[in-house]
Order: sequence, then C-alpha cells, then structure tokens
Amino acid sequence: MPGKLKVKIVAGRHLPVMDRASDLTDAFVEVKFGNTTFKTDVYLKSLNPQWNSEWFKFEVDDEDLQDEPLQITVLDHDTYSANDAIGKVYIDIDPLLYSEAATVISGWFPIYDTIHGIRGEINVVVKVDLFNDLNRFRQSSCGVKFFCTTSIPKCYRAVIIHGFVEELVVNEDPEYQWIDRIRTPRASNEARQRLISLMSGELQRKIGLKVLEMRGNAVVGYLQCFDLEGESGLVVRAIGTACTLDKLSSPAAFLPACNSPSKEMKEIPFNEDPNPNTHSSGPSTPLKNQTYSFSPSKSYSRQSSSSDTDLSLTPKTGMGSGSAGKEGGPFKALLRQQTQSALEQREFPFFTLTAFPPGFLVHVGGVVSARSVKLLDRIHNPDEPETRDAWWAEIRQEIKSHAKALGCHAVVGYSESTSICEEVCILSASGTAAVLNPRFLQDGTVEGCLEQRLEENLPAGCGFCHIPYDELNMPFPAHLTYCYNCRKQKVPDVLFTTIDLPIDATVIGKGCLIQARLCRLKKKAQAEANATAISNLLPFMEYEVHTQLMNKLKLKGMNALFGLRIQITVGENMLMGLASATGVYLAALPTPGGIQIAGKTPNDGSYEQHISHMQKKINDTIAKNKELYEINPPEVSEEIIGSPIPEPRQRSRLLRSQSESSDEVTELDLSHGKKDAFVLEIDDTDAMEDVHSLLTDVPPPSGFYSCNTEIMPGINNWTSEIQMFTSVRVIRLSSLNLTNQALNKNFNDLCENLLKVTVTAVAITFDKNQALQTTKTHVEKSLQRASTDNEELLQFPLELCSDSLPSHPFPPAKAVTVEKASPMGEGNFRNRSAPPCANSTVGVVKMTPLSFIPGAKITKYLGIINMFFIRETTSLREEGGVSGFLHAFIAEVFAMVRAHVAALGGNAVVSYIMKQCVFMENPNKNQAQCLINVSGDAVVFVRESELEVVSTQQPTANCQPSCTGGEVTT
Amino acid sequence: MTSELDIFVGNTTLIDEDVYRLWLDGYSVSDAVALRVRSGILEQTGATAAVLQSDTMDHYRTFHMLERLLHAPPKLLHQLIFQIPPSRQALLIERWGYYAFDEAFVREVLGKKLSKGTKKDLDDISTKTGITLKSCRRQFDNFKRVFKVVEEMRGSLVDNIQQHFLLSDRLARDYAAIVFFANNRFETGKKKLQYLSFGDFAFCAELMIQNWTLGAVDSQVDDMDVDLDKEFLQDLKELKMLVADKDLLDLHKSLVCTALRGKLGVFSEMEANFKNLSRGLVNVAAKLTHNKDVRDLFVDLVEKFVEPCRSDHWPLNDVRLFLNQYSASVHSLDGFRHQALWDRYMGTLRGCLLRLYHD
Repeated sequence: MPGKLKVKIVAGRHLPVMDRASDLTDAFVEVKFGNTTFKTDVYLKSLNPQWNSEWFKFEVDDEDLQDEPLQITVLDHDTYSANDAIGKVYIDIDPLLYSEAATVISGWFPIYDTIHGIRGEINVVVKVDLFNDLNRFRQSSCGVKFFCTTSIPKCYRAVIIHGFVEELVVNEDPEYQWIDRIRTPRASNEARQRLISLMSGELQRKIGLKVLEMRGNAVVGYLQCFDLEGESGLVVRAIGTACTLDKLSSPAAFLPACNSPSKEMKEIPFNEDPNPNTHSSGPSTPLKNQTYSFSPSKSYSRQSSSSDTDLSLTPKTGMGSGSAGKEGGPFKALLRQQTQSALEQREFPFFTLTAFPPGFLVHVGGVVSARSVKLLDRIHNPDEPETRDAWWAEIRQEIKSHAKALGCHAVVGYSESTSICEEVCILSASGTAAVLNPRFLQDGTVEGCLEQRLEENLPAGCGFCHIPYDELNMPFPAHLTYCYNCRKQKVPDVLFTTIDLPIDATVIGKGCLIQARLCRLKKKAQAEANATAISNLLPFMEYEVHTQLMNKLKLKGMNALFGLRIQITVGENMLMGLASATGVYLAALPTPGGIQIAGKTPNDGSYEQHISHMQKKINDTIAKNKELYEINPPEVSEEIIGSPIPEPRQRSRLLRSQSESSDEVTELDLSHGKKDAFVLEIDDTDAMEDVHSLLTDVPPPSGFYSCNTEIMPGINNWTSEIQMFTSVRVIRLSSLNLTNQALNKNFNDLCENLLKVTVTAVAITFDKNQALQTTKTHVEKSLQRASTDNEELLQFPLELCSDSLPSHPFPPAKAVTVEKASPMGEGNFRNRSAPPCANSTVGVVKMTPLSFIPGAKITKYLGIINMFFIRETTSLREEGGVSGFLHAFIAEVFAMVRAHVAALGGNAVVSYIMKQCVFMENPNKNQAQCLINVSGDAVVFVRESELEVVSTQQPTANCQPSCTGGEVTT
Repeated sequence: MTSELDIFVGNTTLIDEDVYRLWLDGYSVSDAVALRVRSGILEQTGATAAVLQSDTMDHYRTFHMLERLLHAPPKLLHQLIFQIPPSRQALLIERWGYYAFDEAFVREVLGKKLSKGTKKDLDDISTKTGITLKSCRRQFDNFKRVFKVVEEMRGSLVDNIQQHFLLSDRLARDYAAIVFFANNRFETGKKKLQYLSFGDFAFCAELMIQNWTLGAVDSQVDDMDVDLDKEFLQDLKELKMLVADKDLLDLHKSLVCTALRGKLGVFSEMEANFKNLSRGLVNVAAKLTHNKDVRDLFVDLVEKFVEPCRSDHWPLNDVRLFLNQYSASVHSLDGFRHQALWDRYMGTLRGCLLRLYHD
C-alpha cells in the first residue's frame, strides 16, 4: 500500500559563491526519492534564494518509505557547462512513519558536500500521508519504534520484553567497485553515503518485521554497526531488544519533584501490590537458619561439572533444580524452570538493555564474552549474507552456552563489535549472564507486571548479586560468602557486569572509572598466518586485561564493575586491548582484600626493602582511594560472616573463550592456578614496570569524577548544564624499536591524557560559572562540586600507515582514539542572573550520550537519528592539517545532527553515540578522508523548573499522587 | 611519540574569553600557552602544560573557523555549525572585540587608502606600535571589510554599519569615522598632527558627515555619507571675499573686537592676529575644491589656526568665545550674501577647531 510523501523547498541562505564573475549563485534544487526526481526553478543571482516551491508529491510503497532516504541536491545552474553541485541533504523520513512521533519535518538543514563540507543551508518541509496497511504479507514494518537508549524509554512502560532481534545486510562497497576508478571522489563518497543510508533503512525495516512477528511494537537498545570490510564488501548489522511498550498517559504519574533519574524509577515500586505473589512468598527466608557447614561442601564436590563448551540448547533442568534445592528451596527451581521455558522458544535469550524495570533482573552471573577471528572473503551474493550470519550465530551460540554454564538462562547488556584490519576480522560479543523474572517475558501476564516484584521480603539492592549458579558445581573457582546485606544468600567476592548499576543497588561511597589498557606487538603477516597469530595472542591479552582490571579495582578498594566494555583492536603489527568500566563498592559484596607483593629472590636485602617499600605505597594508595571515594563500609564482625571457603583463589567472573577461523573452540581458565590472586610477583624488571604502572595511574583532579555508566554512583546532585564532547587523537609511534612494555606505557599515557583533556574542559565551564557568580556569597561557592559524569567510549582502530613519508625509518603505527564525554557542568546555575541567558534555550539542541537529561523530563521520543557522513579533502594543509580538518568535520556532524533534531521538533539527542570514526590520510598528496557514523534518539524535553510551573497550574487531583510519591522516596 | 591529531570538540561551543583575547591580540599558540601558564591557570585547575597546549590549540582552531563567520556577523546568528548561545555571540563580536581596535593602530592608518599598499606597511606599524602583525592585519581587514560593504550604500553610514556588522552605536560611529577618513584620505600622519587622538578625528568626522556630505542635503543618493558634497566645496570659494575684500575684513575685525573687548584674556593678541587667522580659515575653505587640499584639511587647520593661537597661549575658553563671535559677526556684514554657506562651513569648523585645540 502506498504512502504519499510531500516535500516543499522553501528557501536557501548563505550559499557559496558559485559564479566568480558576479560573486553570486544561480541556485536550484533537485528533490529525489527512489527513482523520481523533481526540480525547482532556478533562482537567479542570489546567495539567499527564495524558491518557495510547490509541494512535490511522491507516491511510493511504504517499503520504500522505510528504506529510501529523501535526497535533496542544491545545484548552481550553468547555461553552457554542466550544472555544478553545491551540496546535498539526506533526510531520513522514518520518524514520520510512527503514529505518535513527529508529524512534519521542517527546518533549516546544512547543505553538505563531501569535499567542501557545509555550504549554506536550505529550508525544507516534509510530510507523509500514510494509508493503513493490513496486508499480512507485507514487507514493510512502519510503526515499529526504534530507540538507541538501552533502557526502557522514560515516557513509556514496558509491557512485555520479547527479546533479541538481529539482522544483517551486506553489499559491495562502492569505494571498491571498478567504476570508482573513473568517477570523482565526490561521486564515490555520495554513492557510499547513499548506499549506507539505504542499507540502514532496509535493516531497520527488516528488524521491524521481526518485531511485528514477535508481536512487539518497539525496539529498544537498537545498535547498528557498519563493518567496512574493504574489498570484500560492506556489512550493516544491527541488534536490539524487541519490546511491547505502552505510552504513559499522564506525565504526572512520574516526577516532577525528582531531579535524579534514580528517584524517578524508584517511585514505581511503591505502586506495588501489597499482596505478595504466590511464588515470591518467602521461600528464601528459611535459608537464614540453614547454617551451612562448609567442610562437607568440599567433600560434596560433584563430578558432574557443567561443561562450558556444551552447545546443546536443551536446558540442564536436572542440574538446575538439584542445585536450587540446596540453595534456596523449591522456589528457585520453579522460577528457573518457568523462565527457562519462557526463554526456551528463543534462539538467543539476549537483551541489549543495560537498565531494567525494577524486578526484572533477578540474579547476575557475570560477564560472558566470546571472540572469533575470521578471514574475510568477498561477498559474492549480496542477497544471501549467510557467511556473516553464520559467524555471528556461532558466537551467539557460544555466549549462550557460557551463560548456561553460569547457571543463567539469559544474557543482558549484550553487545557485539568487530575490528577489521586488512582481511582479518575479529568478531566479539559480550554480555552479562543473568537470571530474569519470567513475568516480563510472557504474554499472559501483561497485567501488573510492573507492580509485582519477586523477592519482596528480601532487602532491596542485593538480590541481583546473589549467585545464580550451583555453589557446589561452580563453572570456575570462586570465593563465596554470605551476602553482606541480607545474610541469606551467597554472593561472589567480585562482580563484573556489562550492565548499568541497578537502581536499587546499595552502593557505598562513589564510583569511579577503571580502565585496563594493553598493547601487544605482533609480527606482520598475511591472511591465514596473521589470523593464527592473532588468535594465539588473544587469550593472553584477555587474561592480562582481566588481571589489570582486577588489580585496579582492588587498588580502588572496590568490589564490583559495571558497564564493562572490552575492546580489542587489531592493527598491522599491533593488538590493543582496552577495558573500561565503572568500579563501585557494593554493600552486598565482601570487602576486597589488599594487594600483596612478593619477590622471587628473597635473599637479597635491598630487594626486600624495595618490595616492602612498594607494598607500603600500594597500601597507602588503597587507603587514599577509599577516602577519596568515601568508601567506609560498616564494620562487620567476622563471626557472623564466617570465612566460607578457606582457599583463596582467583575468582574470575569473566568467562571467555575465543575461537579461531577453524571454528575450534578453546576455553581459557582464568584462575592463576594455585597462586593467590592478589599477590603480584616481581620477578623481573618487566613486572616491576607493571606494578609501577599500576601505581602511577594518575588520580583524577579533586572534584572530578568519571564513570562510564548512565548514573554516577554515589553522586546525585546533577545539574542540568550538560556539554558533550568528542575528542579524537592520533599519535604516531615509531614502533620498531619499542618493546611491549614501553608501548604499554605510551598507551597508558595516551589514555590518561585523554582524561585530562576532559578535565580542563570542565575546568573552563567551571571558571565561567564562577565568573558569573562573582557576586554570590562564599557559602554558595562552597556548595559547588564538580559532579561530573563522564560517559566514555574509547575506540582504538589501529592502523598502520603504509603511505607514510618514505624517509621515515620506521613504519609508524597510528592509534585513533575517540572519546566522548559529557561532563556535567556544575552547581548553582539556578542563580545565573545574567538576563540574556533567559532566552538562550530557544533553538539550542542538547546532545548527550546519556539516556536522560538531568534536571529535565523527556516528554516525547521523535525517532532515531542514524547518520553516516564522509568527508574528504585534497587540500589538507590549507584546512589546517589533520586536526583542522577533523575538527571542522566533527563540528559539521554535530551541526547536521542538531539540524535534523530541530527539524523534527526536538530539542535534544539522548543516547548519542559516535559509532564509527575512520580516518585516513595521505599527507604527501595533501589528502585525507574521514567517515563518521553517529546515532541517537531525538527527543523533546521539558526542564523540570518549567514543569513545576505547569504542574502547579494543574488541578490538585493530578498533583496529589506525585507529591506523596516524592515524599516517600526521599 | 608525536601527536599528530588532537582535537576536542564540544556540542556547545564554549569560548574562553582570555584565550579569545590572546588570539585577537595575534599571539601564536605557543605564546598564548606561555601567557596562560604565567596567569597561573595550571595551579588553579591542576592541569598539565600539555593539556593547556591542546586546549589552546582547540580554541585557536575554533576561532579560525569562526573568523569566516565573524566577517559577516549576521551570518553568525543564523549559522548552524557552532552552537553558541546568543548571549555569547554578541560578546564575540562586540564586547570581547573582534571588531575592537587599538587606538595606536588606528591612528597609524587613519585617512590612508585601505589598499594593498597600506597593507604592506603593516610590518612597520607593527614594529612601531608593538601590536602584533596578526592583530594589525585583523584590524586593517576589519576596516577594509566594513569600508567595502558600506561604501556604496544608501542611508546613514552609522546605521548601515550597525546593521551589517551588529556593532554597538559607539563602535559603529568609530567605524563610520574610519570609513569617512579612508574615503576622503585626510592626512593625519604629519608630525604636527601627532598630538591629536583618534577621538579628536572621529569627532570631526561625525560633524563633517552630518553637515558637509551629500547626505546632509539629500538622503536619497548613493554614497551619501561618505563623500563630501562637491557642490558645497565648490561654493566655498565664494567665502574668499571675506578676506579678499579689505573693507569687509576690516569691518569683520572691528565687529569681533568690539564684541569681545574685555571678555578675552588674550584680546590684544587676537586683535593683532585677527587678519591672519581669518585669512587662514577662509583660505582653507576656498582651497577645498582641490582633492589634495581636502586631504590636507587638518594640517591646514592646525597650521593656520591651532598653532598660532597655541603659541600665544590662548585659553580654550577664549578660543570658543572668539570662534563664536567670529562666525556670528559675519551675519552683520551687509555686503556678504553667502550667510547659509558660511554657517554650514563655520558651524562644523568651529566644532572641529575647538576639539582640535589642545596640547
């Protein structure tokens, strides 16, 4: 069934001068959708043309509506020669296809040219008339909403969370087609932009179809990625979580009193049904009295250990129920069986969400990840992307089996990524194994699933920490204690997860960013040999990254990691690993032990002294960090806790494997054999360096906190001033004479510097605030605190520059770092009295990588923004070198994103992410090219201060519930 | 390890006022960093020098990109590339001063042709004034750009400048003076004119624009505020009879002397010098038909009037009384018919002379 797309070209402004003689331009516009093209009249001799065109109408299938972008080209009319293109605007009309999102796209769009950048602006109005389609066999999926946000969007309610959806589209990369040799760089760039736009449209449509099949109406946590596989093609893939969402009708049900998102969410439990559900009626309480004797538990040790490599899809119900009986009575078994059956129908019980409705998450097992190294080959038939599909299916299968080994039936916070260098590609997937509440997953229990929570009689905030697996049958050696919170269930001593900190978790002190960085040299090799070399290195890298993370966590005196992202990047002669996470001290988990240092040559006196000196330094650091992050857990007497398992061992929550191209699955046990995990052995200078680097992790300046999760643990006084940054750095290393160690150090420095940059930026906003507040009293100033959230994403596509200066003795390696941060400027902005600020909110579009805007309420989601840009230059030096070029490009990308959001009627982008930033240069030819892919959710937000004004005007009946809710929460 | 690419871009473009100033003053990145280090910013924020360096670089790059927009400030308001809160945009142009200029610099180029030739002299000006060459170039280019845009426009010069460059009234008036001087190429660089400030000249320019230009008689012509009224200058020759006709000169002198007797501290000097002064003032008027003499207007005024008076130590008040009486008395000269012309000339000249009369 067709829809009618209507486009009107209103005017242009600030066009470039195209006619040197008159210093003016004779501009006209081509509007293209699918294969239909319309043209406006030529507006002679003006840099600010007023076309005011008629409505151009396109009658198209809704399938095309979803796939195709609207393409607007501005040209300069030339009587004698070919018309010169000024630039283009691509408009994704998808947001117009949902019933409740935007109804019109109208506004000024920057006219973009891949060679010249932004060249003026054009005012366009776009509308869609869509006829309802009830055809069962349709190929379109209009109306399915997409969200990049990895939590349930703020103004919606999750009725059912259906589960994982994925899709993958492949095509030939226009850059590598034969025709590219004869066409201009501009034509090639445009072909590429258009193709990717088309492919992502198609991908979205196909995912939408899958969602409709599952009877969902939305995709949350939609993550779309491009793999530029070079010669072998272009892959666009996406994963997401299908949901059925309900729009919350009355905004007053939430807020307006809260200023932190956690409060908002916390209100929900108070609507709970006071009658506990039959399943939840305290089966876990008896456990309290079940004093466990631990000696027998050892002798118990069963033979039937869960095999990690078992790929069978059938749930191990026998094992599950058996263990549950010992652990927590019949309840758990029941729960498990139930959920398992609910999840069983699904091929992959994965969820891309990182934050969940209360009660959804029952237990968290730990991080599961899988990697595989593949050799790329040309995609022969774009219509059958089977190879790539098979690759991913394999990895997902592996993840699933890992989760099972952890006694979990689902994976949350799931994500996938690739790293490509020449023909070698590393596919990675990671997530957090978890046990979920089945209620959200089934269709039958729509009613009140939000209102009921499972473990009502358990103190909130520790349930998710309890181990989901069989204690006697642990998939890996771990150290269990009774939960420090409820004292009923077992908890591990450390917890690594990829999800956000659950809202109801009890945290002591503040959180902080913890990063492990690693760099390994590898020999340059071709194809197969290269792949083998990489697969051989991978396990060691993973191991080291993990050890580093663990050590740093201990050093910070914390016991849990959230939002863990491990990125492994491959370059021609290097492999890099970067893990970032937010460390916190969970009240439910035991206090972390210290770090001991041991030397191997104990007879040397001075050496001994040196070691004890180091030991002292480490202990000091831990103490200092505890103070810094305000970690002072209540003292618990040892008798109550007992010391459950006598043998201390490395407990890794990280279960991983990595498979080679040969599809052989290898397992890696992360325990350090019999060694105490936190004894660092100094046997040579290298190890010394390691310890040093551990200690020299530069502490952030006081008053500056960073984390990579949505909510800064332990800090709640957010301000509404947000500023998002993108920072890119390339550093050239002459790598030939560098050892691994030195490289590590450089790499570390690099990462640290990055953090520092953020610091100054904040400092600047900070200074300005103070300048504004010179008249304010001292008391107010002392209230100021740099509560900074630093949503950080680091990517390290490592490339080797083969086209570097010939005179250069070493092949230099290049690391591109992309960082995004949104430091929240701070403090007492409420008393910014400068009058001109009053109207400054008009027309300003905010951007944030967070899923919410502090101090504001999102009232409407307008659709996702998913844009892909290419910029190329042949006058690199003239544009200020690589920095100038990229700086301008990123500013332009921001501008285009803002313009699209503004045209949709939005005033902010949330969950913004720069997913790809590929940069190539050839300084000899004075050329550079850069590709950027960004995405996010366009939203409308209302400041809470404004909201309060509104709500006081509302009838009191409306106000009542929200007020009481607010009181209880605080 | 060399850093090749190091950028940091924010969604909202935040601009540090201090760095902006350093940039405007034409400091290089390394100089700016050094100056910032000296200001103690590192201690305040706990940042490292490398961070400061890259922050300064980021700012400089942003400014470099902004500069194109600052050349046409109305564009800055509508552009989409940089998200700058409107309140800040005004600061960039006006208060923090992209269009601000240095007094020392403007004195050097005032009245010169805003051409490539002058631009070449910027080196010397930079050395002489101690203002960096970059800053000199920016200021010079600003003058030139404003000049080009408003040169051939109708309507009030000040209004045009305000509208096209979003400047404050005060600054727009200054630019009007600069444009006016550049267009008429008034000589301001002679040694004897060195004591005069830009403010003095700007004051004169404003009076002249108001009274002596085409716009003063007809507001519907092109170039109305920048070109002097040629017809008026031609007519000024008629004033010559005031000094050429001996009777008229004597009568004029006696009228002035009678009126001022006892009121002037320097009466005798005035009496002795009257004919010289009057000749000077009238001859200046009569010569204005020639472009070259128009250029020398200020030199002549200082030579023929300011200097003689100053050498006799006339107090400013006496100069005022004299000039008032001198222009008013002409109305009583029966044989003189060009009263209106005289007023248009003398009214402006009187104001200028009073402003020019100081040490």
